[in-house]
Amino acid sequence: MAEDEASRISAAAGIEPVLEAKGLSQGQIVRKRFLGHSGAIIGLVVFSFIFILAFTSVGYLGIPGWWKYTHEEVSPLVNGGAPTSSLWPLAWGEHPFGQDRIGRDVFAMTMRGAQQSITIMIVIGLIAGLIGVVVGAISGYFRGWSEAILMRLTDVIIIIPALLLAAVMAQLAGRRDQGSWFASFASTNGVLALGIFLGLISWVALARLMRGEFLSLREREFVDAARISGASNARIIFKHILPNAVGVLIVNVTLTMSAAILTETALSYLGVGVKAPDTSLGLLISQNQQAFATRPWLFWFPGMFIVLICLSINFIGDGLRDAFDPRQKKFNAKKAKDHGDPAVQAGAGTGLDASAPKDPRDDGPADGTRGQ
Amino acid sequence: MVTYIFRRLVTAALILLGASYFVYLLTAASGDPLEEFRANPTPQKQQLMDARTELLQLDTPAPLRYFKWFGGAVQCLVPFANSCDLGKNIAGQPITDALGNALVQTLTLVTAATVLAILIGITLGIITALRQYSTLDYGVTFMAFLFFSLPIFWVAVLLKEFGAIGFNNFLRNPEVPLPVALGIGVVVGAVTAVALGGPMRRRLLAGAVVFAFVAAVLIYFSATEWFKTPGLGPVLIAIAGVGIAFAVTLLSAGLKNRKALQSALIAVGVGVVLYFLLQPLLNEATFLMIVVLSVAFVLIGAGIGYLVGGYDRGQSMRAAGITSFLVGVLILLDRYMQAWPTYFNNSRVRGRPIATIGASTPNIEGDFWVLGLDSFTHLILPTLALILISLASYTRFTRASMLEIMNMDYIRTARAKGLSERTVIMRHAFRNALIPIATIVAFDIGALIGGAVITETVFSVRGMGFLFLDGIAHVDPNPVMGVFICVAITAMVFNLIADLAYSALDPRVRVKA
Repeated sequence: MAEDEASRISAAAGIEPVLEAKGLSQGQIVRKRFLGHSGAIIGLVVFSFIFILAFTSVGYLGIPGWWKYTHEEVSPLVNGGAPTSSLWPLAWGEHPFGQDRIGRDVFAMTMRGAQQSITIMIVIGLIAGLIGVVVGAISGYFRGWSEAILMRLTDVIIIIPALLLAAVMAQLAGRRDQGSWFASFASTNGVLALGIFLGLISWVALARLMRGEFLSLREREFVDAARISGASNARIIFKHILPNAVGVLIVNVTLTMSAAILTETALSYLGVGVKAPDTSLGLLISQNQQAFATRPWLFWFPGMFIVLICLSINFIGDGLRDAFDPRQKKFNAKKAKDHGDPAVQAGAGTGLDASAPKDPRDDGPADGTRGQ
Repeated sequence: MVTYIFRRLVTAALILLGASYFVYLLTAASGDPLEEFRANPTPQKQQLMDARTELLQLDTPAPLRYFKWFGGAVQCLVPFANSCDLGKNIAGQPITDALGNALVQTLTLVTAATVLAILIGITLGIITALRQYSTLDYGVTFMAFLFFSLPIFWVAVLLKEFGAIGFNNFLRNPEVPLPVALGIGVVVGAVTAVALGGPMRRRLLAGAVVFAFVAAVLIYFSATEWFKTPGLGPVLIAIAGVGIAFAVTLLSAGLKNRKALQSALIAVGVGVVLYFLLQPLLNEATFLMIVVLSVAFVLIGAGIGYLVGGYDRGQSMRAAGITSFLVGVLILLDRYMQAWPTYFNNSRVRGRPIATIGASTPNIEGDFWVLGLDSFTHLILPTLALILISLASYTRFTRASMLEIMNMDYIRTARAKGLSERTVIMRHAFRNALIPIATIVAFDIGALIGGAVITETVFSVRGMGFLFLDGIAHVDPNPVMGVFICVAITAMVFNLIADLAYSALDPRVRVKA
């Protein structure tokens, strides 16, 4: 307890002492911080829920789901196509999200769209992360001509508009008759092809970040120590530097993924992403925006799912950033006020008896919370 | 320094060369420009195909055609030669003309949105940083994440439905029912109570006052049909001006500086007098006149500050100058409001002022004010959509930057010296927090020219994004290249400016020679 009090005083008032790190490994600290971030936990729960709902309800890769309709199945209009679900009394109904003009079930379509968007997001995250790490690690660790070439390549790719590349790819994939392996692959696995493709262009920001990390980490003493004890370059990169850069990597892959969802929906909206007869959340909105006045549910539900997925991923990313950032002082204004009193009192006891402040809130914490 | 800039420019030119070659090949490879004629059963099929082949020089293979294009494009670098040739688009229009038109459209669309997003974002970021972990902070953070996650086309459709169609229906019979007025009052009051700091009592009181005020204003507006014939009038300008004077003085000089407050208040008085004097002049307004007048207002304010003086003349001049400018904006706003009924009843507008597509009402006629209102009503929805989308990153970034600064030792030193909280925040923290934001802003301005492709599509604005998309759709490399070159050059130049600005603003950062 005495130690507790002492470290509280030594830390500036309001900044939590580093007690939370006591006796814990790096991974444990990160996990603890992440679990303490309520926004991230809510995001994780919401995302898991959507993920499970989307992949179990309408089935995936030929495995049938528990929902009775598929996104292509046409059934007679119930209730003019309006949503049958209601909050009070809580009921699910025949078509919880309604039906479109020709009677397809919007719930099934939305779930299928969410599947596609999540698939694309994960593919983009994996590919961009992989290429970004490799390029960033090589250029940051070896420097010299490999860095020059890779970084100029990054510069070139970063200024080529993604829209153009997507349009070119969509055109190539559209030519089924020409029989190239790419066209046949893209026409059967349109979503996968789009994800791979977007992954191939969205690694550039990650590569720059990883290069920066590697540049600073390779100058550290532990890398010198490893080199002197005879470790190979590969061992230094994978065993010594990469684990130290993994925080930046994970956080930015998460953020790339949340941006990827929006990119995919935007491209589908512009007609160069996922194409009918397959569906995605962006395509659903694009197809149904004219019907907003008559059938708003066609428009609300896909949009809400985009927002929910993107929002939960963003919150997870924010939580991860807070958890991984070692410089982050967890600063809490309320605690500053609560702890300000004993801290200042104790500090005053060391020789400034006369000037013990009456109200700690007046001049205690240097916390920036008292601005008008 | 010069070596550094030179090296950066040479690298940029090489990158541009490589990327442009790549883009040209990609566009050319993306499809068949003759496709629409191939299925054409008419007898002139061959003629049409020949004409287009001739126009787009399709007989040269794309890897070589690039160099033909490049030969024309290089001439743009010769100053004053006026021999710029970026080729022609599929309709035979020179790209340089098409780019000029598109650039104007795009800039009118994105400029206001970007400036407003930066201003609002930075303000929100600073306030949330100063009230970290308050209800306001959590609310704004959540909103920032929410806006960040919104697909812009979805927002745009919602805005069209509720912002344009709904609001136009409301304007047809502008009555605010009593429960709605009270409801809006409750919401605004609650937001105020949450946003304010301090003890609960003070917040509740402020919330109640705001609630009463907003509800009363709405009921008054509804009763007098203010929405049909809006206007501020000299009395309201005077009252709002006094409020502005106090706020500006509080932020720029502190209320303790009585001379600054005096000069700001005098500036408001002069502004109200000028309101009457300017009315006949404003009836024949031109754009240039507005610019001259706004400069004049700033100068008048600064002059008043100079004459009043005080122990710190600069502060008085600054406070009075800003106040005077803002009063001028109020007068301008009032004049626009006076033109509202004319615009509203214009035969082309027919009582549905808020437009959902385009950049202006076709064939509209009217004076400066009516045309200005026409632009506003067309720009308001895309601007709102763009602000919502781009607000989030500025808010988050400013908040993070400000929080980092507020934990610095020199802030504690400034407080320990006994400086007022206003001085600490405005002079010591705010200015330093702006340094990293300046670079972000430079990046964003560089990306501005590229336009908002999706926003332009949704709102049918024929800007750069439209040109680009159209080029892709018709497999027409020249417009695509034109847009790409403009965007890439501005982006690279502004990246360089961002780096240089960073080293100029923060002496700890040095550019490598």
